[in-house]
Amino acid sequence: MRYLPLTPEDRADMLGVIGAGSIDELFVDVPAVARRSEPVDLPHHAGEIEVERELLRLSRRNRSAAEGPFFVGAGAYRHHVPATVDHIIQRSEFLTSYTPYQPEIAQGTLQVLFEFQSQVAALTGMDVANASLYDGSTATAEAVMMAQRVTRKNKAVLSGGVHPQYVGAVETLAHAAGVTTQRLPAAIDAEDAVIAAIDQDTACVVVQTPNVFGTATDVTKIAEAAHAAGALLIVVTTEAVSYGLLKSPGAMGADIAVAEGQSIGNGLNFGGPYVGLFACREKFVRQAPGRLCGETVDADGKRGFVLTLSTREQHIRRDKATSNICTNSGLCALAFSIHMSLLGEQGLRQLASLNHQKALATAKALAAIPGVEVLTPRFFNEFAVRLPKDAAEVVETLAAHGVIAGVPYSRLEPGAGLDDVLLVATTETTLDTDITFFAKLLAGAVQ
Amino acid sequence: MSMNNVGRPTRPEASNDEAEGFNSLSGGRGLLQDEPLIFELGGWTKTGVDLPDAVPADGALAGLTRDDAIGLPGLSEPEAVRHYVRLSQKNHAIDLALYPLGSCTMKHNPRLNEKMARLPGLSDIHPLQPQSTVQGAIELMDRLAHWLKTLTGMPAVALSPKAGAHGELCGLLAIRAAHEAAGNGHRKTVLAPTSAHGTNPATAAFCGYTVVEIAQTDDGRVDLADLEAKLGDHVAAIMVTNPNTCGLFERDVVEIARLTHEAGAYFYCDGANFNAIVGRVRPGDLGVDAMHINLHKTFSTPHGGGGPGAGPVVLSEALAPFAPTPWVVHDDSGYKLIEEAEGPAAQAFGRMSAFHGQMGMYVRAYAYMLSHGADGLRQVAEDAVLNANYIKARLSDLMSPAFPEGPCMHEALFDDAWLEDTGVTTLDFAKAMIDEGFHPMTMYFPLVVHGAMLIEPTETESKAELDRFIEALRLLAQAAKAGETDRFKNAPHLAPLKRLDETLAARKPKLKWKPVAPAPLAAE
Amino acid sequence: MRFTKDHEWVAVEGDIATVGITAYAAEQLGDVVFVEVPEVGKTVAQGEGLAVVESVKAASDVYAPVSGEVVEANAELADAPETVNAVPEAGGWFAKLKLSNPAEVDALMDRDAYEAFLATL
Repeated sequence: MRYLPLTPEDRADMLGVIGAGSIDELFVDVPAVARRSEPVDLPHHAGEIEVERELLRLSRRNRSAAEGPFFVGAGAYRHHVPATVDHIIQRSEFLTSYTPYQPEIAQGTLQVLFEFQSQVAALTGMDVANASLYDGSTATAEAVMMAQRVTRKNKAVLSGGVHPQYVGAVETLAHAAGVTTQRLPAAIDAEDAVIAAIDQDTACVVVQTPNVFGTATDVTKIAEAAHAAGALLIVVTTEAVSYGLLKSPGAMGADIAVAEGQSIGNGLNFGGPYVGLFACREKFVRQAPGRLCGETVDADGKRGFVLTLSTREQHIRRDKATSNICTNSGLCALAFSIHMSLLGEQGLRQLASLNHQKALATAKALAAIPGVEVLTPRFFNEFAVRLPKDAAEVVETLAAHGVIAGVPYSRLEPGAGLDDVLLVATTETTLDTDITFFAKLLAGAVQ
Repeated sequence: MSMNNVGRPTRPEASNDEAEGFNSLSGGRGLLQDEPLIFELGGWTKTGVDLPDAVPADGALAGLTRDDAIGLPGLSEPEAVRHYVRLSQKNHAIDLALYPLGSCTMKHNPRLNEKMARLPGLSDIHPLQPQSTVQGAIELMDRLAHWLKTLTGMPAVALSPKAGAHGELCGLLAIRAAHEAAGNGHRKTVLAPTSAHGTNPATAAFCGYTVVEIAQTDDGRVDLADLEAKLGDHVAAIMVTNPNTCGLFERDVVEIARLTHEAGAYFYCDGANFNAIVGRVRPGDLGVDAMHINLHKTFSTPHGGGGPGAGPVVLSEALAPFAPTPWVVHDDSGYKLIEEAEGPAAQAFGRMSAFHGQMGMYVRAYAYMLSHGADGLRQVAEDAVLNANYIKARLSDLMSPAFPEGPCMHEALFDDAWLEDTGVTTLDFAKAMIDEGFHPMTMYFPLVVHGAMLIEPTETESKAELDRFIEALRLLAQAAKAGETDRFKNAPHLAPLKRLDETLAARKPKLKWKPVAPAPLAAE
Repeated sequence: MRFTKDHEWVAVEGDIATVGITAYAAEQLGDVVFVEVPEVGKTVAQGEGLAVVESVKAASDVYAPVSGEVVEANAELADAPETVNAVPEAGGWFAKLKLSNPAEVDALMDRDAYEAFLATL
């Protein structure tokens, strides 16, 4: 077996040193009832050729985004990732290292995390950022839990624009911990409606911009209302590229900004692994979840980096920890950071404008189709359209013709009464010919 | 006060190595390059990507656009490559040398798995594109589920948790849902041994449970009498790691399960150490109700400097109905993801996150399982256990095993009794290992063993590498006993940096780069 | 000044008790990096958690040596936690309590008794 270096002779020698007659003697503590003398009922080992064949078989039964027109977003976006990113993250020293608990021999990872935190803080316009969480949805859930700790109040208000699966992740964690959630009905352009739901018991208000329907909102007024009631404002962003064009959460008064960082540096990967961005105001940092990397000096006075403020974490604080998270998204954070370094401010702004431009062009083409209405008033690279037919059916029809038209809103929230709403996303990878073909097919499908 | 003085000191003493050594003129160190932060490379107007020019924003975004500077540096491609390659060289890695972190399972990461995870049909697919266009992806999830269920002897699995701790949360929420469905919502206590991973009590607390510790016997296992005394109508679950964090198999695990079930509670098994028994023991045969499996440990998906991981949870018949969405099902028409709590998933407790879990990790783990097969995975467990026992056997004359009697499983645990009167601590000893070219073992964990040193070699170390490692530790142990304290107190001497001032980092947190403030004008 | 077996000290002036941790405790903890002091107005019973003192790798609960209401917390520790190491039994105090049961103080150890207790550790 190619991954196992020990030879039968090695094993015999080693058993001799240990003083055991056979390997079974090392498993003597296993109760007799559970000892298995034979391998379980699964295929035996296979060479690279056979394994590749099987994985290739499975991969060919999927329609990849690159194969043709593709307008799917709703929390995950297909962007072009420079080849350099994947090359670097496959370096042994990044790929096969552990959490940097021994800073003297982990400065590579630690400096990357420090740079990542600095980039995320700049992008979100917040004071501090952590070294990543699992993804945007769990980061949102963690933010709600943090707001409970900071305010010592137990109610979270979520706007009708928050991604329904994010709402699901929040509800799971919040309800487990005894935090009540009030989610407003799905609404395309009503982030401000949360203001009416804020009361003195509110720990936090969760809004999303651009929201799940693509609507971009200035949430400054919500921040003011939340703060007046002693609540925190949590701003969620599922498309991190939008930071290059739109006002930052920090500039609009957010106390905690969370985001899905997949768009930068990371592929679609059918939903994971992704990278949760988490940033907050400095005064709340001791209530933040996840790892933090900080600058310090070594015994010679040279600058170096360490994981810090660790007493918040589970391995020290155990049942009083700010989160149970241990493993995070280190390698995805590295990919994010490399891609962001390559972009720089100029590249990010250009990328964001390009995304916006493609969306404008697509919206224009779709709006020209009789019976199709663009619903999103202000958007970045994604918008909702109302179709004269069930959106899920239209998506299936177009898929059969090679166009993946977007996400029917009913898939995210069945029963919301929005079965005719389709979410359409574009990125810099969208070709003009994709838009034309999409519009042509859609026009035919809704006739 | 509760005196907790683990892991001191956290501030280095000034070292005097430089006075003795050779210094370059520029500060360079051969292959090891000093590397500034990206923010100090001066690239405020640079970019390493070529994109077409774009038009300004749509008028509808008036007042919403970001007009102030963001503050992001850019690097050209050659500068970026060099920056990250230079940084990479300051990291230890499993590809470089043995990485004996107990409880963490640093084993070889096959590159075939990386290649497979990058097949466009598996990497370039969206979680929300029509299910009819991702039948292969859902089938892969179903195949992975089948392997996990068969290897553990459990009837169901929730794939979506994103890491071990997320899996623990998933398991406890399923348990909570099952209790509530049966009218047992009053059960609010979780029992866990003192030796548990910190994630266990943290997760239980997150679920609103109170954690009560179970005592441990002198031979490092759950104290059955104490468990029995603490079980009762108020207990929702026990959380027991098996093999446990002392690297020992819980001999009485079947009895633990029986007592737990008799008391109406569920048995959550922390499966972080499943790699020690995979293919030889099925947790389902032990009476486990829920167990997470760290794909980044047992099934060798790379740790990536701290993640991502994946933590699928296998569930017993009693808990299966409460598994979170999405569910993977298939019938004659094909494979399907049930994304809402409806139909067969009507009792699902909710969802763990957006989308369907860590697909990229599923692909790697599945490729790894196929490669090893049922026979190879069994050999994985045997070699992991053999390697750990070999280390224990060869170091026991110099170092003190925490539990000398009987075999260990996949990790060898030593205490610091053998360092008494040497002036060298566990921390010093571990840092000196860095100078010998090895990553330190896990230190000061589990908490039940004084000055714990937990060594997990894994099955992917050759006998030659093990011997090299053992020889280095033997030399160090002899040096400690011979009073060579200087070797230890200032260690590491040969790493890219000396010991770091963690006290300073925590007292005056600097968590991001800040521009240096311009020098104040001289007072007039 | 009176002491507990959990290494807290208490100094009483009138009905106000100043509370901190002993020099021995500060030495054992190593470098203190953060102190979570109680909010003014909080009422604590003897033996309840009053504050949390953190070193880099550990967090330790500080218990109220006497019962009472917190009337002042040491705000200086926020910027200078090292004060706890430097002068634990003076400027490194954590909180001042208005005693609700002054008799509790008399039951605590005096310095000689505390030092005798330390000798047994």
